[in-house]
Amino acid sequence: MSTTTTLEAVTRGRIRRGRRRRAVLTGLAVAVAVVFAVSLMVGQTFYPPADVLAVILGETVPGASFTVGELRLPRAVLALVTGLCFGMGGVTFQAMLRNPLASPDIIGISSAASAAAAFGIIVLNLGETGVSVFAIVAALGVAVVIYLLSFKDGVAGTRLVLIGIGMAAMLNSATSYVLNQAGQWDLQAATRWLNGSLNGSTWDETVPVLLALAVFGPVLLAQARNLTMLGLGDDAAAALGTRLERTRLLSIVAAVGLIAFATSATGPIAFVAFLAGPIAVRLTGPGGSPLVPSALVGALLVLAADFLGQFAFDTRFPVGVITGVLGAPYLIFLLVRTNRAGGSL
Amino acid sequence: MTPRPTPSGPDVASLRRPARVRLAWLLAVLAVLALVMLASVAFGSRVVGWADITAALGGADETLDQAAVIKRLPRTVLAVLVGAALALSGTVMQGVTRNPLADPGILGVNMGAMLAIAVAMVTVGLSTATQYIWVAIAGAAISTLFVYGVGSLGRGGATPLKIALAGAATSAALASLVVAVVLPRGDIAENFQSWQVGGVGGAGWESIVQVLPFLAGGLAVCLLCARALNSLALGDELAAGLGERVALVRGVAALGAVVLCGAATAVAGPIAFVGLIVPHMCRLLVGLDHRWLLPFVTLAGAALLTAADVVGRVVNRPDEIEAGIITALIGAPFFISIVRRQKVREL
Repeated sequence: MSTTTTLEAVTRGRIRRGRRRRAVLTGLAVAVAVVFAVSLMVGQTFYPPADVLAVILGETVPGASFTVGELRLPRAVLALVTGLCFGMGGVTFQAMLRNPLASPDIIGISSAASAAAAFGIIVLNLGETGVSVFAIVAALGVAVVIYLLSFKDGVAGTRLVLIGIGMAAMLNSATSYVLNQAGQWDLQAATRWLNGSLNGSTWDETVPVLLALAVFGPVLLAQARNLTMLGLGDDAAAALGTRLERTRLLSIVAAVGLIAFATSATGPIAFVAFLAGPIAVRLTGPGGSPLVPSALVGALLVLAADFLGQFAFDTRFPVGVITGVLGAPYLIFLLVRTNRAGGSL
Repeated sequence: MTPRPTPSGPDVASLRRPARVRLAWLLAVLAVLALVMLASVAFGSRVVGWADITAALGGADETLDQAAVIKRLPRTVLAVLVGAALALSGTVMQGVTRNPLADPGILGVNMGAMLAIAVAMVTVGLSTATQYIWVAIAGAAISTLFVYGVGSLGRGGATPLKIALAGAATSAALASLVVAVVLPRGDIAENFQSWQVGGVGGAGWESIVQVLPFLAGGLAVCLLCARALNSLALGDELAAGLGERVALVRGVAALGAVVLCGAATAVAGPIAFVGLIVPHMCRLLVGLDHRWLLPFVTLAGAALLTAADVVGRVVNRPDEIEAGIITALIGAPFFISIVRRQKVREL
C-alpha cells in the first residue's frame, strides 16, 4: 500500500513540476517575444505592428524600412542572441562548477574575451571573424590558466572564484591599457568594453553571434542531461554513466564559444551571465535542465535592460550600465542570503 | 619572496627580525625611494640631465628641460603621498580585519569614495578639493562598513573569502553606479578616464596642499595604533586580556585607514593593489611587528607608486599609462599567488 502511495506522490510531483516548467518556459518565451516586438515598434517614432512586419518580410515602407530595418532590427536581434548566449554560457559554468559565483563574468572569462576583442578591433584592425576567433582563443586560454592556477589538491570552488576575481581585475586594466594606448579612450569605447553596450549595432556584428549560437547552442543542449548529472558531484555522475571529461571539455568549449562571440560583439554585458541561471532556477523550480530557461532569461534581461536604457531616462544609458546597476544588488543579496544561511560559498 | 599571510598564530621566529636587519632594510627602502623620486623628475617624454634637475629645483625655469622638471615635481610628490597613504591604509586594514586579502581597492572602498564624489558633483555641484575630500572620506567609510557588514554575516564571521567576494560585488555595483551617475553630465564625463582608472598625471600643488592635512592626520592615527595592532594580531580575546580595548582600537585604526584611502582616492582616483602588495612584501623584510612595519610600508608604498608612475611614463613614450593600470597589472598576479598559498579552509 505504502509503496503505491509513495509512487503516486512521486509521479504527481513530477507531473506538477513538468507542468510548472512548461508554463514558465512558455511565459518566458512570450515575454521575450513581447519585449522584442515592442523594441522594434517603439522609439523616436512609433511604427504599428503591420509596418514592422512588412519590413521584416522585406517590403519597402517609407521611413520604417530604414529605422526598423537598419537600426532597430539589428539591435534587437543582437540583444536577443547575445542574451541567449550569455544566459546559456553562464549557467553552464555555474552548473559545471556547482557554484553560482563561478559565472564567466565574475571569474574573468568575459573580461578576457573583452580585452582580446578590444585589442583585435582597436590595435590590430581585425575583421569581425578575426576578432571573434581572437576573443575565443583568449577566453579559452584564460579559462585554462584559471583552472590550472586553482588546481592544488583538486580544484576548490572558492579558490577558483577568488583567482578568477584577480584575473578579471588584471584583464580589465589590460582593456583600459589597450583603449589608452590607442588614444581611443572615450566614453563610448570604454563603456562598451568594460560594461557592454548595444549602441551602433549592425548586421555585420550580429551574424557571427547568430552563427555561434547555431553551432554551440545544440552542442550544449546535447550535453544538458550530462551537465545535470555533473551537478550531483563527479562520483555520482560517473556512477550514473556520464563520461566526465568528455562532458566537461565539450561544455567548456561550447560555453566559452558562446560567451566569447557574444562579448566580441557587445562587450561583457554586466552580470547577465551571472544572473540568468539563478533567476531561471528560481522560476522553474528544481529538476530539469536549466539551459533553455536561462537562455530565455538572459535574452529577456538584455532586451528589457536595453529598452530601459534607451527610453526610460533622459540620458541614453548603455545596456551594461543598466544590467550592472540592477544586477549588483542581486549579487549582494545572494551573498547576504548565503552567508546568513551559514552555507559555504 | 614568499608572501606571508597576516599573523594567524604566534610565529615567533618571523615576528621579530634582528634590529640590524630591519635598520638595513629601512635604509635600503629610503635609498630606493630617493632613486625613484629622482627618476620621476628625470624621465618622461623627455629625459632631463642632472644639471637641469638641480637648476630647476633651485627655481630656474629657463630651458625646456627645467620646465619639464618643474611640471613633474607635483606629480612626484602626489605619487609619494598617495602611495604611502594606500600602503599604510592597506596594512592597517589587514591588521584590523586579520584578513590577508584586505586592500582599499579590493574591498570596494576606493569605488565608494569615487561614487560619493560623483554624486556630490552632479547633485550639489561641489568644486573645491577640500569638499571632495570630506565627501570621499564619507563614501569610503560607508562602503567599508557595508562590505565588512555583508562579509561578516553568518557562520565563521568575516572570512577572507566572504570579505573579498563582498568587496568585489560592491565594487562592481559601485562602478556601474558611477557610470550611471556621471554619464548624463557631459562636462564631468569628459574626464571619464580618471573615474575608471586612477593615476597621478593631473597633479597640481593646490590639490596636494588641500589633501595634506587629511593624510597627515590619517598617518598619525595609524602610526599611533601600531602597538594595539600587534595585540589584535594575537586574537580578540588575548588582546582584551592584554588590556586592549578591542572595539575602540579597531574603530580608531579603521577610521585612520579610511581617511587615508578616501583622501588618496579624492586626489588620484581609484588605485588598487598597492595596499595589498606592499604590506605582504614588507612583512617578509622587517617582520610582523607593526611598530616597524607601519613606517616601513609607508616608505615602500611611496616608492612603489612612484615607480609605477615612472614605468607608465617610460614604456610607451610619449603616451602615458596611468599608474592605476600598472599597479593592477603587477598586483593581480600577486593577489592570485596569495590566494594559492592559503589553505582552502582558511578562505
